[in-house]
Amino acid sequence: MRIPILNLGRILLVSIQVDLTDSDAMEFQSDLVNRVAEIEALGVAIDITALDVVDSYMARVINDTAYMVRLLGAEAVICGVQPFVAMTLIEMGRDLLGANCAFNLEQGMEILQERIAKRGDAYLDEDENE
Amino acid sequence: MSDAFSSTQIPVLSPADIVTARRATRDLCERLGFGKADQTRLATAVSELARNVIQYACEGVCIVEDASDNRTRRIRVQVEDRGPGITDIALAMTDGYSTSGGLGAGLPGTRRLVDDFQIESAPGRTRISITLHKPL
Repeated sequence: MRIPILNLGRILLVSIQVDLTDSDAMEFQSDLVNRVAEIEALGVAIDITALDVVDSYMARVINDTAYMVRLLGAEAVICGVQPFVAMTLIEMGRDLLGANCAFNLEQGMEILQERIAKRGDAYLDEDENE
Repeated sequence: MSDAFSSTQIPVLSPADIVTARRATRDLCERLGFGKADQTRLATAVSELARNVIQYACEGVCIVEDASDNRTRRIRVQVEDRGPGITDIALAMTDGYSTSGGLGAGLPGTRRLVDDFQIESAPGRTRISITLHKPL
C-alpha cells in the first residue's frame, strides 16, 4: 500500500487515508523523506484526518518523519488529528505527537506558507526560483 | 454472570493482524454501544498489545468478547502469546522502559486507556486482559 505524495509547487502534500500496517508506515516515511530531498521541498503537510487509531508506533513514525523532514531543511505540519485520537494519545503518554499541528489541510498550508515566507530564503513557486 | 453473546478470535501472526485486531475491537465496541472515545481508546490499546505480540513473541491470539451482565456493559480483550514472557512486570509497566528501543509507552500507556488491566506472564505464556465498562 503506497501513500500518494502530491506536489503543489515545492510543497508536498500527503494524505493518509487508510489504516497503515507497520511496514506501510515505514515505507511512507522513507518515500516522503526521499521525495523531500529529491525536489528540495520547502514544506510538507501530512494529513491524518482519516486515521481513527494512532497508536504509539504510528505516532512515533509520524513524529519522526516530521523531524526528518525538518532536518533536511523543510517545514512540516501535521493536519487533522481527530479529537478522540488526541485524547487517547495524551492519556497514553505525553509527547507521543509533539510536532506542529493544524486543524485541517487548509490551515496547515497557511502555516507552511507563512513559515516559508518568513524564512525568506526560497521561493514557493519553482519558476521564480530560476 | 457473564452472558457473552459475541466473541471473536483473531490470530496475531503478522503485522497485518494488528490492524485486523484493532478493527474487530472497534466494531464490537460500537455494536455494544460504546462511544467514539471508548472505541478509540480500546482499539488503540489492542493495537499496542498486538504489536507487542509480533515484536516479542512472534505469534499469539487476540480474543475480543462481550462480557456484559445485567447491570454493566462490558467489553473484554485478551491478548495471549507463547513468547519468552516478561521477566520483570513492574519494570515493564514503567513509563519509558523498553527492551526493544521503543518509546516504552506501550504497556503503561495501555493501562491508562482501560478500566481494568490484568497481566500474567511466565516463560512460554503471557496473557494480558483489558476491559472497558459502562453502566447500563
